Amino acid sequence: MITIYIENQPYAVEADDRNLLAVCLSLGFDLPYFCWHPALHSVGACRQCAVKLFKDEHDRQGRLIMACMTPVKDGLRISLQDPEAVAFRAGVIEWLMVNHPHDCPVCDEGGECHLQDMTVMTGHVHRRYRFTKRTHRNQELGPFLHHEMNRCIQCYRCVRFYRDYAGGRDFDVLGWHDDVYFGRHTDGVLENEFSGNLVEVCPTGVFTDKTMKRHPVRKWDLQTAPSVCVHCSLGCNTLAGERYGTLRRILARYHQSVNGYFLCDRGRYGYEFVNSPRRIRQPVVRGADGAQQAASPAAAMARAAGIIAGGRVIGIGSPRGSLEGNYALQQLVGPDRFFHGVSDRELGLVRLMLAIERQGPAPLASLREAGESDAIFVLGEDVTNTAPMLALAVRQAVGHKATALAAQKRIHPWESLAVRDAAQQAKGFCFIASADQTKLDDIAAAMYRGTPDDLVRLGFAVAHALDASAPGVSDLSPDMASLARRVANGLLAGQRPLVVSGTGLASAALLQAAANVAWALTKAGRPAKLCFAVPECNSVGTALFEGGGLESALAALRQGAADTVIILENDLYRHLPAAVAAELLAAPHVVVLDHLATATTAAAEVVLPAATFAEGSGTLVNNEGRAQRFFQVYVPDGDIRESWRWLAELMAAAGRAPAEPWPNLDAILAALSAAVPVFEGLREVAPLAEFRMDGQKIPRQPLRYSGRTALTGNRDVHEPKPSDDVDTPLAFSMEGQPGHPPPALISRYWAPGWNSVQALNKFQQEVGGPLQGETAGRRLLATASASAPAPAYFTAVPPAFVARAGAWLFIPAYYIFGSEPLSLQAAGVAQRVPRPYVQVNDSDAERQGWVEGQEVAVVIGDAVQRLSVRRSAHLPSGVAALPAGLSGRPWLPLPGWGTISSEAPAVLIMGRSDRFFPGAERVNVPKATGTVTGSAPEETIMRIAAEPPPPPVGGASSPASPRAPEVPP
Amino acid sequence: MERPLTQHIRPDREPLTLREYEQVGGYQAARRALQAAPREVTEQVLKSNLRGRGGGGFLTGQKWSLVPPDDHNGPKYLVINADEMEPGTMKDRWLLEGQPHQLLEGVLLSAYAIQARVAYIFLRWDYKLAARRLQQALAEAYGQRLLGANILGTPFSLDVHVHTSAGRYMCGEETGLLNALEGRRPTPRSRPPFAVTCGLWGRPTAINNVETLCCVPHIVQRGGEWFRALSRSPDDGGTKIYGASGRLRKPGLWELPLGTTAREILMEHAGGLADGYRFRGLLPGGASTDFLVEQHLDVKLDFASVEKAGSRLGTGTMVVLDDRTCPVGLVLNLMQFFARESCGWCTPCREGLPWLARTLQALEDGAGTSADLDVLDAHVRAIRPGHTFCALAPGAMEPLGSALKYFRPDFERHVADRRCPWRAG
Repeated sequence: MITIYIENQPYAVEADDRNLLAVCLSLGFDLPYFCWHPALHSVGACRQCAVKLFKDEHDRQGRLIMACMTPVKDGLRISLQDPEAVAFRAGVIEWLMVNHPHDCPVCDEGGECHLQDMTVMTGHVHRRYRFTKRTHRNQELGPFLHHEMNRCIQCYRCVRFYRDYAGGRDFDVLGWHDDVYFGRHTDGVLENEFSGNLVEVCPTGVFTDKTMKRHPVRKWDLQTAPSVCVHCSLGCNTLAGERYGTLRRILARYHQSVNGYFLCDRGRYGYEFVNSPRRIRQPVVRGADGAQQAASPAAAMARAAGIIAGGRVIGIGSPRGSLEGNYALQQLVGPDRFFHGVSDRELGLVRLMLAIERQGPAPLASLREAGESDAIFVLGEDVTNTAPMLALAVRQAVGHKATALAAQKRIHPWESLAVRDAAQQAKGFCFIASADQTKLDDIAAAMYRGTPDDLVRLGFAVAHALDASAPGVSDLSPDMASLARRVANGLLAGQRPLVVSGTGLASAALLQAAANVAWALTKAGRPAKLCFAVPECNSVGTALFEGGGLESALAALRQGAADTVIILENDLYRHLPAAVAAELLAAPHVVVLDHLATATTAAAEVVLPAATFAEGSGTLVNNEGRAQRFFQVYVPDGDIRESWRWLAELMAAAGRAPAEPWPNLDAILAALSAAVPVFEGLREVAPLAEFRMDGQKIPRQPLRYSGRTALTGNRDVHEPKPSDDVDTPLAFSMEGQPGHPPPALISRYWAPGWNSVQALNKFQQEVGGPLQGETAGRRLLATASASAPAPAYFTAVPPAFVARAGAWLFIPAYYIFGSEPLSLQAAGVAQRVPRPYVQVNDSDAERQGWVEGQEVAVVIGDAVQRLSVRRSAHLPSGVAALPAGLSGRPWLPLPGWGTISSEAPAVLIMGRSDRFFPGAERVNVPKATGTVTGSAPEETIMRIAAEPPPPPVGGASSPASPRAPEVPP
Repeated sequence: MERPLTQHIRPDREPLTLREYEQVGGYQAARRALQAAPREVTEQVLKSNLRGRGGGGFLTGQKWSLVPPDDHNGPKYLVINADEMEPGTMKDRWLLEGQPHQLLEGVLLSAYAIQARVAYIFLRWDYKLAARRLQQALAEAYGQRLLGANILGTPFSLDVHVHTSAGRYMCGEETGLLNALEGRRPTPRSRPPFAVTCGLWGRPTAINNVETLCCVPHIVQRGGEWFRALSRSPDDGGTKIYGASGRLRKPGLWELPLGTTAREILMEHAGGLADGYRFRGLLPGGASTDFLVEQHLDVKLDFASVEKAGSRLGTGTMVVLDDRTCPVGLVLNLMQFFARESCGWCTPCREGLPWLARTLQALEDGAGTSADLDVLDAHVRAIRPGHTFCALAPGAMEPLGSALKYFRPDFERHVADRRCPWRAG
């Protein structure tokens, strides 16, 4: 510890690598700033954090310094209250206000604007500037961000985040003197996957949430709750805000070990599926005429209970449903009749990952640990598109090389300009082995492109190069062998190596190869970690339950062991070939609980409207085994309730009630944690419902929440009593103790004088560090000990890939916007979805005589698609890539073999789309003409994505009648 | 009186060829120095008390001594700041156009002193003629193995590149220059680290002005003591190219002993003010220095004396204000320059200077108020070294602050008369 003096008072602070601004803020002082950001560090541009520095206690003169650019050292003596410092800070605001418009009343940032806060903090009230303000043209930046450059105060944070932190290239600082412009060289969609963070990084209203602009609300009118992102497996923490019964926006919720300060754009903008016109808000039952009709909860319950009471029931769970929902279903049907809502292959991959973790000695890395690693091997997973924030972490990890080099020149890690000047382009070791180019290629020391099997072989070869006792790869080419040696040396040079892989290529051997590499590294004395991207937000959590996958469910049905299927929050058409899904749904009785109308709900006898993450509380387990609680944001209209509540009611109605009833979330958590050992810690994930602060609940609504008495005045002049929340310590109200709750319960960041997201500083133990109070969430998997006995290496090395004449190995190409089904229902995300295509290697295309954009027929199994050709210089020969998960496209067992032909197929089969999406029609292609002209099918798909069909009345009652098929001339 | 730097420059500035330069003793210093230890060059320069001629006045030998001699992890660089954009300053142009080989020999010696293998001449965009002549001289020097690999048969190698700037004042600020050279925006860098340890591409780099390096061959050839004795000031060695512009009989550039007084330059060399004009003040070293007035005319124009008088020697090329020119208009002209040339990085400079320029314009247009004078004063108080990221904005305050000090009644008359007293009507 060292002592520094502020206003002549001694303060003991850690003698570490921090700057004076961070220290002052950590000590609780209100010192204004703009250009500094705890994740972006110091650049000294705004001059807002000026304080007076004194040589010693006799120095009365002192001089102004910028706190953010000053290292703390013992005996440092400063004053924040010094009149010259106070006047200078007010003067800086006055300068910033020279060109800042006085448009707070119509600005979306108003009420949570850092510039407003800092203006008030400095006491600046009167502007002497009396000349014209400079004005800018704004840019159209795509569906996520609204641009209002006149508000800019040139803090340079946006460009530093976008380019330096997130690796974006299509955004920059342009112009000069008082005409500095932050934008693209011309209007256009911001390409970077993390662009939405500009909303929070910008200290004022230059970049605001465009999706929120479509349903605007003042920030102080939002009812908010802590939540967890459902759009990938990383479990980033979010703050979800609601007004008038619709979800209005998502902000990042700080979690030091998970997402830190940021979110990806899928996580930030995918939320609009909650407001989708496709939402199921009322129960639906199939009438005697075979059509689905809206029903009352009681009627639906009676119908479902009748089915269950008499039937041989199996349950199909959900990898995106909560632990509680899956557990309730398992209890309803019985553990031996519970099946996971994923294919056996996918379930096997996740369980393999869990087995690798269990065996140790290379544990699964948190996002923070991934970001702290210093040598990285990305093996076969396109993390930018399957687990985006992991890509952001990897990008930060390679930056540690620069801070380490700078440290040799006695440059502090927070001096970001000096670090860059000293280290220049230096990056830590990152090797990327992938089938196609990735968005991380720019930070890679080297890359390898290969077929899935060849990626696996490289992985095994690297492990063998690290440890000769790991199985080698026979008939390895000398080039590959030397590449493997190079990767091994690069990883060995690190002190904290990380192996990144995932289930994207659906290859167990790939995970095994990754495990071998990590284990070989630990054997060489490096504390290696593993990080696997898995398919969905609760893939890991549900894989911890017993039971087989969908193929097992189908077998049970085929054997006659079941005649009734209850499906939890799942669209089987996204997990199975259409014919197989249809067979499962052809069971005599099908009950589905879900949020959105899908082809699966369309086939159900009873559909129950399930709560999304915003309308119910529950627990998800992320890719490193961290269980985290999401909290209900608001009480929805209609009959929507949590799946576990529906199932509990159903159990009671069907006479299968659990021994202990589940009146609330804590009760089912208690049952689950008692029943399954791995879930023992579930009750510690977040404070239980009885938790109180000063005897009070924690309000979801801020003190300034307006219109409480008028919100429902159109229906009833009486102010309604706020709904009770029996599940959590949060209240649907302004009443309660808004202070500093435990991190798991933080609904918003606010402190006196700090209305923007920067109020977060006041919730951290110290700026940039962990939150005050017990860490939110809990890691369920026992961290493998480094001293654990070395596990036996995996030995199944596949043979080298051999291209097949006349056939292609199709692999999935993932898209951050397009491959995840829920976010596809968000209007903004839908605008970013790629058009369907098939991608092949340049030389392959050359051989086939295919030009870019040419239409070909792609046949995989019984699915035939007409797609336009894209050529790639990167994809291996003999391999073809298809975008994964696009709406309106059939599910395909990828990777898998199939054919591509220039000849037209007899019938264009649109997979599930013709079953459900009324906009996508079956197109009959006459054999005689041989070709389809134009690209009508693709345009159809895009229209579906952009404009969902009208809401199903009372659920998916009847598919709209298909339009006349388009028959080409 | 000796004029080592300019004695061989022809009146028409047609440059000396390599052969002509060698005939007047050129490259002899280099031939000798390359046979000796690099440190000996630095020793002579230290003895000479040569101070940087770009405006900073840092001891050149001391700067070179800070370049770590034992850092062999990568290249070291010499960067020649030839981005002469200070208003009223054209001294380096004279040297560049008139005798490019003198600079190249200085570059060779200086690079040898710090053991840099690559040198960049960062040249002002407008200096097209200088660029051609430098390229010509480089070709000659490479041809005679005075540059390139194994110079004059020694193990020392040096490559010299001419980099033409895109033309911004900030590119002449030495760290902005480094960023520009690296292909970045020419915003300044934070210091520390200093360029001598962490400069171009993160490597040790000495950055010197053209005139400074032109002194080096003479120092090496005739000794540091000799060079030091050329000066009239004990702390500063050598001669200095002084300049004077304004309403003078003979405005121009003169190589004179360092420490020559302003009066001598104005009266003897520039021939005094033009007929009908009276002296009111001068900016001694370009636009970003404080005014000196009548009482300062006998101050020796060396680094220490000028500072004692409340200004800075800067580039040593003075701008003279006469009684028929509006001081507010002069400061407005400079402020518009500084506001335009601000890089936009830090708030006081980016927002403050345009505000000042508009305020001064209002005064000139007769739309000024007494509150405007308060705004001017407040900026002079607030924008000081350390309060801004680099020296540009504090430099811009020097003519403004000193004008408010010495010519305040003129500012007040603009307000009281609601017009510029120097404007007709």
